Amino acid sequence: MTKITYIEHNGKNHKVDVENGLTVMEGAVQNDIPGIDADCGGSMACATCHVYVKDEWFKKINEKNEGEDDMLDQAYEPKSNSRLSCQIIVSDELEGLVVNMPEKQT
Amino acid sequence: MIKTDALIVGAGPTGLFTAHQLKLIGLNCEVVDNLDKIGGQCIELYPDKPIYDIPAVPECTGEELTNNLINQLKPFDIKFHLSERVDEVKKDGDMWIVKTNKGTSFNTPNVIIAGGVGSFEPRKFSVEGHEKFENKSILYSIKDKNIFKGKTVSIFGGGDSALDWAVELSNNCNVNLIHRRDEFRGAQATVNKVHELAKSKKLNLFTKFQLKKLNGSNEIESIDIEDDVKKIVNLKTDYVLGFFGLVMQLGPIANWGLNIDKKTVEVDTEKFETNQNGIYAVGDICNYPGKLKLILSGFHEGALAARACFKLARPNEKYRFEFTTSSKTIKNRLGVKGD
Repeated sequence: MTKITYIEHNGKNHKVDVENGLTVMEGAVQNDIPGIDADCGGSMACATCHVYVKDEWFKKINEKNEGEDDMLDQAYEPKSNSRLSCQIIVSDELEGLVVNMPEKQT
Repeated sequence: MIKTDALIVGAGPTGLFTAHQLKLIGLNCEVVDNLDKIGGQCIELYPDKPIYDIPAVPECTGEELTNNLINQLKPFDIKFHLSERVDEVKKDGDMWIVKTNKGTSFNTPNVIIAGGVGSFEPRKFSVEGHEKFENKSILYSIKDKNIFKGKTVSIFGGGDSALDWAVELSNNCNVNLIHRRDEFRGAQATVNKVHELAKSKKLNLFTKFQLKKLNGSNEIESIDIEDDVKKIVNLKTDYVLGFFGLVMQLGPIANWGLNIDKKTVEVDTEKFETNQNGIYAVGDICNYPGKLKLILSGFHEGALAARACFKLARPNEKYRFEFTTSSKTIKNRLGVKGD
């Protein structure tokens, strides 16, 4: 289990334990955290699980997959620290990870 | 007004197989979909991606799956209403009156919602005030390219639509192409062409820029774009085009009086009926304890919903379960020779 904090655009925090091996997107969906839609269910075919990852974490998480930036082009207000949370795999190294959610996903 | 035994909303894999099941048991049906083609998410989101969990099909792409399902429907005459979105569903006695945004209306005892995550709509700009310019100086698709002749057009996006239109419109317009990073996801030949045109000043290329502000009262006069290091560039422009792909929105389904929670519709697991008699939900859009969002689950749900439709479409007949391997009636419907 790894502690992950999801911060909604309005500042509301959700600190939850997510099983290693799941994705950050699945952690949000399983814990009923609002702000991550994940319309395509994690197949990197939409951009509705978009999150912002602070610099210190951005370097630590697994690198972007091929095609992830193509999908992020279609995300709502993408920034240089944007990721698709369905592509971030939870592991012990991510203990304490904080992700911020955009104002909306679509 | 079109009369039919069942109306299917959504032409994705679940909607297609549900149509097949309806026709097998002798009911007629019509299908409406907001996309301009058959296949739903399979064709719009992942036509080239392999799927590995369709029973008895070790591997196929979204496009292959769609084509196979279309082939499976070949024996039947099914009318598809594409590029139409169902806007209204209203009760009229025992029937449902269904209307689309193009004015088509249906009279049917059964409505099967196989709508996935809703209908695909173009993703829009998020900057303040974009709504008031939309469909006037902000467009997300092009119906008549001649309106741009001699004008300045600012195109946003990095995919094929953005690039193709930038190349095309650079013939007789002043084109700004703006993209949030310096890599493009369009076809390489088009990307090369764009760079060539930029080099010879036939179009102005701004990479690592995004739209920051729209200026103008009734019509757009100029836009501010901002790059990674917050540098702002002001561009005079007549039109702003956004090509950011499609997003799925639940849309009008939310207004049909159904039990909706988290963009899904609650159903029972016997008929896949919603809280409204004669309205069913199958595939990704339905929810019940243990629901799996798999294509194979959609097939099962559609098969059961189709049987439920029989009762309302043929109230005076008894449904008899038959196998395709042995039933002469079914073989006749399929147009294959019986033994």
